[in-house]
Amino acid sequence: MKEELFASGRNIPNIDPYLNIWHWQIPIYLFLGGVAAGILFFAGVFTILGKENKMSATVKKAPLLVPFLLIFGLFMLFLDLKHKLFFWQLYTTIRLESPMGWGAWVLMIITPISILWSASYVREVFPNWDWKYDFLKTFEAWLIKYRLWIAWPMAVYAVILGIYTGILLSAFNARPLWNTSILGPLFLVSGMSTAAAVIIMLSKDHKERKIMGRIDLLLIVIELFFIVHLLMGFLAGSEAQINAANLFLGGKFTAPFFTFVVLLGLIFPALLEIFELKGYKVPIYIPAILVLLGGLIFRFLMVEAGQLTRYLY
Amino acid sequence: MRYGMAIDTRKCVGCSDCVVACQTENNVPIGFCRDWVVEVVDGTYPNVSIELRSERCNHCANSPCVRCCPTGASHFEDGGIVLVEHNKCIGCGACIEACPYDARYSHPDGYVDKCTFCIHRVREGNNPACVSVCPTSCMYFGDLDDQNSKIVNVLKNRKFKSLAPEAGTKPQIFYLV
Repeated sequence: MKEELFASGRNIPNIDPYLNIWHWQIPIYLFLGGVAAGILFFAGVFTILGKENKMSATVKKAPLLVPFLLIFGLFMLFLDLKHKLFFWQLYTTIRLESPMGWGAWVLMIITPISILWSASYVREVFPNWDWKYDFLKTFEAWLIKYRLWIAWPMAVYAVILGIYTGILLSAFNARPLWNTSILGPLFLVSGMSTAAAVIIMLSKDHKERKIMGRIDLLLIVIELFFIVHLLMGFLAGSEAQINAANLFLGGKFTAPFFTFVVLLGLIFPALLEIFELKGYKVPIYIPAILVLLGGLIFRFLMVEAGQLTRYLY
Repeated sequence: MRYGMAIDTRKCVGCSDCVVACQTENNVPIGFCRDWVVEVVDGTYPNVSIELRSERCNHCANSPCVRCCPTGASHFEDGGIVLVEHNKCIGCGACIEACPYDARYSHPDGYVDKCTFCIHRVREGNNPACVSVCPTSCMYFGDLDDQNSKIVNVLKNRKFKSLAPEAGTKPQIFYLV
């Protein structure tokens, strides 16, 4: 029998008995970042492919949400800071080694890009919109002319943003559940899948919904594969990693993970989307909302469970 | 120059004097601590062994906290002491997540705080508070690069371990076993 205890006593808030320094703000931000990244990626790619008129909800409507999602996400990050008035210190240094550092810079670049993109389409989506000042109208005309030039960096930065939401966690060696390179791609795919769900809900065009439904189905299958991969990788790892996997395989998080993330968030909406592709009538909102809730719960579980895992010594 | 600490787990009696000395010296707010004592009991009576460890920030040579800090608030001082500059810290918590030893905490004033090896005392040529009060003199603090220092001498002659070396952090606190 081996027993370990603090002889001096130690009960530091949010650290003992187990770490809980990142609360609900972080998973909400990771979720919003993922959705925003997915929407911008699809908008950029379909513009580059020249399909902006066929995929109007993807390219024109959905991106109008993105500046709000990103700014709300940034506000969540701000709420998480404990030394709030010093937040500007993020932008006085460039720390390439710090994932959070370059995440902050990526957000600094992609948020203005998303605002420019939305500005170039706002009049098309809301025909009554009036820019009021002439210089704004000139600026809009200029933006419309160079849309393709914006689309490329937007798609690239969207991928970086999507992967970053995973790398933010995976860079922590000290938390075995997070410390896996599959987390970046997994969060990217999950973010894209939730973005596809948002687009499906916004779209009124049956053809566009069908294309996005197919893409979403593919993304869900990839995500399921990545989750299996994640757990397999842990089980083949060190004791700390096996303990991490066991949180989801019999441990505290098993029931919520398999019920809300795997079954209701991935497998069930995938089945509904298959039925729809086969020609059955399925209310489009059901799979889309399930995918969104699944993605949100997945991030909550990962952030909370990861903080429970640690090295043993 | 490379500051380090060697702690004799066979001499430590677990009195927690180091913890109180640190809290007093560094004005650590009530309910928090920069160092703590762990008691590991192995086996069942009559075959029992006990290990007492006074733990704190390991001032790692490959610090995950310094690496992940987005503002550079966590940094290395001369001699490899890992320090947090309060006015640069935004309290994002990344370093707390990054530390395998849970050696950092969020100070009620917002910034992240931890053991400084009592850098203000070390600069004046004194030992850190925990080392200087230890009633069994089980702690050795000094320059690991100085071949004549007491700590190097102790580490030459005794078996020692560091905590979670598999985390790759290259901790600079050594436990004599």
